[in-house]
Amino acid sequence: MNLVTLADYAHARAGDKGNILSIALFPHDPAHYPWLLRELTCARVAEQFATRQPSKVHRYELPNLNALNFVLEDALEGGVNRSCGLDRHGKSLSYLLLALRLPGPQG
Amino acid sequence: MTKTILVGCGAGFANDRPDAALRLAQDLAQRSGKRYIMLELLAERTLAEAQLRKRLDPQAGYSARLFDFLEPMLDVCIEAGIPIITNGGAANPRAAAQRLRQTLAGRFPALKIACVLGDDLLEETPPRYERWLSSEPLEHPVSVNVYTGADGIAQALAEGAGIVLCGRVADPSLAVGAIRHGLGWSADDWQKMAVATTAGHLLECCTQVTGGYFAHPGMKDVPDPANLGCPIAEIHQDGRLIIGKTRNCGGRVSEQTVKEQLLYEVHDPRRYLTPDVVLDLGQARVQDLGDDRVEISGLLGHPRPDTLKGLAGVRGLWFGEAEISYAGPGAVARAALAREILLQRFDQLAPGVQPWIDLSGVASLFNDQGGRYLQQQLTQAPALEDVRVRIGLTHTDRRLVEALLAEVESLYTNGPAGGGGVRRHLAETVTTRSFLLPRDEIHTTLEWY
Repeated sequence: MNLVTLADYAHARAGDKGNILSIALFPHDPAHYPWLLRELTCARVAEQFATRQPSKVHRYELPNLNALNFVLEDALEGGVNRSCGLDRHGKSLSYLLLALRLPGPQG
Repeated sequence: MTKTILVGCGAGFANDRPDAALRLAQDLAQRSGKRYIMLELLAERTLAEAQLRKRLDPQAGYSARLFDFLEPMLDVCIEAGIPIITNGGAANPRAAAQRLRQTLAGRFPALKIACVLGDDLLEETPPRYERWLSSEPLEHPVSVNVYTGADGIAQALAEGAGIVLCGRVADPSLAVGAIRHGLGWSADDWQKMAVATTAGHLLECCTQVTGGYFAHPGMKDVPDPANLGCPIAEIHQDGRLIIGKTRNCGGRVSEQTVKEQLLYEVHDPRRYLTPDVVLDLGQARVQDLGDDRVEISGLLGHPRPDTLKGLAGVRGLWFGEAEISYAGPGAVARAALAREILLQRFDQLAPGVQPWIDLSGVASLFNDQGGRYLQQQLTQAPALEDVRVRIGLTHTDRRLVEALLAEVESLYTNGPAGGGGVRRHLAETVTTRSFLLPRDEIHTTLEWY
């Protein structure tokens, strides 16, 4: 299968609230929004973040903005209060999502 | 022509850039109409840290950098009649107001300085907060605050405040208070509050909407990223909202920068809870008007929640980090061996205390407490020749954390060949707990200086 890297087609920003990670994702080209709706499922995002063991993954669709907002519960290793990691906020995790490999828009 | 006001934001957090705030003030001073500047200086844990400073010195406890921002812009703003609204009063808005008067040294005697009080639940006697912490009680909290809305700010401005010093207030409310004052919007006009809150939400992280935290070379480029201009919201009487920025500075305002910030830290975009309104972004549209101006429309508001969010800060957790590097041939293998040695040593010295271990270069930012991501990456590690081992751990026992951090330094004489560059860091970390409380239990008050 023709796999592509999400970062070549979309941009994203991550935010944190407690132990909850949110990532808003936008295609560079609005024509790719239906492709993302089809391919970038909660299951695929959960798999990409498997090592963070999120208890739940939500996807909110915003067609007017050509945006998808992902919310991953319990994905921040305790969050900024308790995490022992380097990036306690999880700010860099937008790029873990963008590193995702998925079937390309052409099929 | 409808009435238009401008609200600029000069700081998105305490360690933002004061010179950018000054350039914002100078730009706004040259424009006409009602103008306001907000300075957002408080993160979740900053307030607890400010309370600790206040305990040591009753004249301290406002944001440590408040005056780095205020001093350079004071004259410009006061002379142009631009009110400044900030949460930099932190744990001690009164002390900030007193210092501000000292700073002005008798100049601008007509300037009215308002403190918005009532967010500090620890200050109350007897304290009421325990009844709202439904689960386990808190042991000696250092801070307990409620995120208040725009009411106190709007009132202070209506009574003529030139500077409004708040403690904890929801970040967007800093702008909502200004907009309610500037356009005379009613607090229960939910559509208008949706516009005002969106303006505040887009402004609250300052340059994050004008090209900060955005650049990706070749994909998303930002002009002059070392001198980003601060954002300026243009709000029209009819509800139009346009985001622009300081002129003659770097950065950019585009559909992309606005969209990234519009959904920043938002969970359900159709139900974004704030003290002033429940904001619905489900129908929101973003349109580039050119010239670093972007219009946001389709904003919907629902009645504000009956509850407010409280946040308590608790001391007593120690966070330690220590690092050592390996470079040259076999760097990854030696770093991986150092990790195995550390895991074994920790297991012997403090059974049950699991350190977080990164091998920077192989896995750090995306790693996790269990090292699952690191293990995954090690199976496909490229031939890196400069790897940094980092451990992180938290515990309530400071001496235990110190002893375990020393284990990293002990790798100098006991570890794999050629380790160097040990650094250690230990700090007390405040943990926070949020809760909900009934809105009608909280009454903000004003004090004048």
